[in-house]
Amino acid sequence: MVTLTAPETSSQETSTAASTGSTQETFVVDLAGSPVRAFNQALHNAVDGQSWTVTNPEGKHSLAVGINANVSVAIEGHAGYYAAGMHQKGDVTIKGNAGVGLAENIMSGRVHVKGDASQSAAATGHGGLVVIDGNASARCGISMKGVDIVVGGNIGHMSAFMAQAGRLVVCGDAGEALGDSIYEARIYVKGTVASLGADCIEKPLKEEHLTELAGLLAAAGRTDNPADFKRYGSARNLYHFSVHNSTAY
Amino acid sequence: MCGIAALQLRNPLLHPQMGSLLSSMMCQIVDRGPDSAGMAVYDTPGLVSPGTSTLSILGKDQGLPVGEIQLAVAGMLPSDAGTAVRVVGDTTLVSAAVGTDLLVKAVSETLPGSTIIGRGEHVAVMKSVGHPMAIAAEHGLEAMAGSQGLSHTRMATESAVTAGGSHPFSVADDLCLVHNGSFSNHATVRRDLKREGVVFDSENDTEVGARYVASRLQQGDTLEEALVNLGKVLDGFYTLVVTTADSMAVVRDPIACKPAIIAETDDYVAMASEYRALAALPGIENARIFEPEPGKVYTWSL
Repeated sequence: MVTLTAPETSSQETSTAASTGSTQETFVVDLAGSPVRAFNQALHNAVDGQSWTVTNPEGKHSLAVGINANVSVAIEGHAGYYAAGMHQKGDVTIKGNAGVGLAENIMSGRVHVKGDASQSAAATGHGGLVVIDGNASARCGISMKGVDIVVGGNIGHMSAFMAQAGRLVVCGDAGEALGDSIYEARIYVKGTVASLGADCIEKPLKEEHLTELAGLLAAAGRTDNPADFKRYGSARNLYHFSVHNSTAY
Repeated sequence: MCGIAALQLRNPLLHPQMGSLLSSMMCQIVDRGPDSAGMAVYDTPGLVSPGTSTLSILGKDQGLPVGEIQLAVAGMLPSDAGTAVRVVGDTTLVSAAVGTDLLVKAVSETLPGSTIIGRGEHVAVMKSVGHPMAIAAEHGLEAMAGSQGLSHTRMATESAVTAGGSHPFSVADDLCLVHNGSFSNHATVRRDLKREGVVFDSENDTEVGARYVASRLQQGDTLEEALVNLGKVLDGFYTLVVTTADSMAVVRDPIACKPAIIAETDDYVAMASEYRALAALPGIENARIFEPEPGKVYTWSL
């Protein structure tokens, strides 16, 4: 029933990268004929250096989640919800759009979406880099805890809500309530910001920030000029209990 | 969670495939609402015909043989109205060449306990409880031709799992509405509409949305205006798809809690809760695919 090309059983679909002389292997998984569960299990059994190509993803959910080896995964089409969630090592490239919860709780490694990402991209991410070439919709980087996110287009409302650490770079515009109740993450926006959320303010773009931003843009393969961006972050007014509220009890 | 799949076919050459395309979309949203389902199809030969009103009635068994229903309804209508009664799946369809109001009167007198779930010249509405694809198969969706189709798989939250609580809600001629989400102030709006004389069939929150849109349209709103007004009056989470005889509209609440994705080509406009429902559509690889913006009303006309 399972027609997955597993590493140990694959033959004609496995090719050794002879040109480089390395032992890198490439596996092709056609999701039109095999279940996502088996594919994810095969990725969990994978070893460093392997490459995986996924055809016919057709918006299926939970593709390439929980990768814990230095593998390279290319998804040839649109992914559904929770693609590349809990990503730990290696890189995942989605050559299409991604659904809700892309790279949710990413710890490290790299996830790259060539198209758009739906809501809650990189939510609660602790580390690693998430690159979205197109737009990301609402709640991008919600509760981010150290992840770096670079979005080529626009982001939707309530992005970086309660962001705690990490960097969010937006080369387009940001929607309403950017960075609401933000703790310590840094946000860079090139375009317009519809509105800033509670306790999120514009901050000066110093030399250290230009350097940091240039590094992030380069890591995402972008050529935008860091000087064209504005920086936003926490005013830190919500850190402490306000004495004005003392009468509320 | 509920699932929505809707299709407006711009290219008449695709009309014969409406049912099979809608069925392939609906199949992918079953997980989002497996308890009950409903479908609305427009301009489907064999179900509706031009110049004729058709009422869709919940259930295949109305307590009377089809022949008796036909005789009773025909007896209250002009002799040349060509009254016809058909059972399609779990739905009874009554047609006649009279206005819908007159047909509703005749059917209500013949079948006083019946629930009319669809009305108009162009639309047939079918809904039931059970696995959505079993409901689609029972009604023969795959083989249906048509200009537009709308389907909904329901995971009930605000009211019971009943066929009457399934979507679409069709409460005015050729108007259908499906909803993913929940309206929080539906009881208040229902009371307001009741005071204006609107009659309700169910305790369902979505019916309030449908009755509100119908009421606004009756007062002269365009479909777009009616949905903008809905956003001002109804509170809660919603992605809505509304269809009329010749148009389709999509709107999400301003917080955009509920998903929606749209694919547009020269041949069709398709909307679904998730991309996977669009993946099998012809030419999807070249379609313009986008998520509707929060709080913005999108409309397309045939």
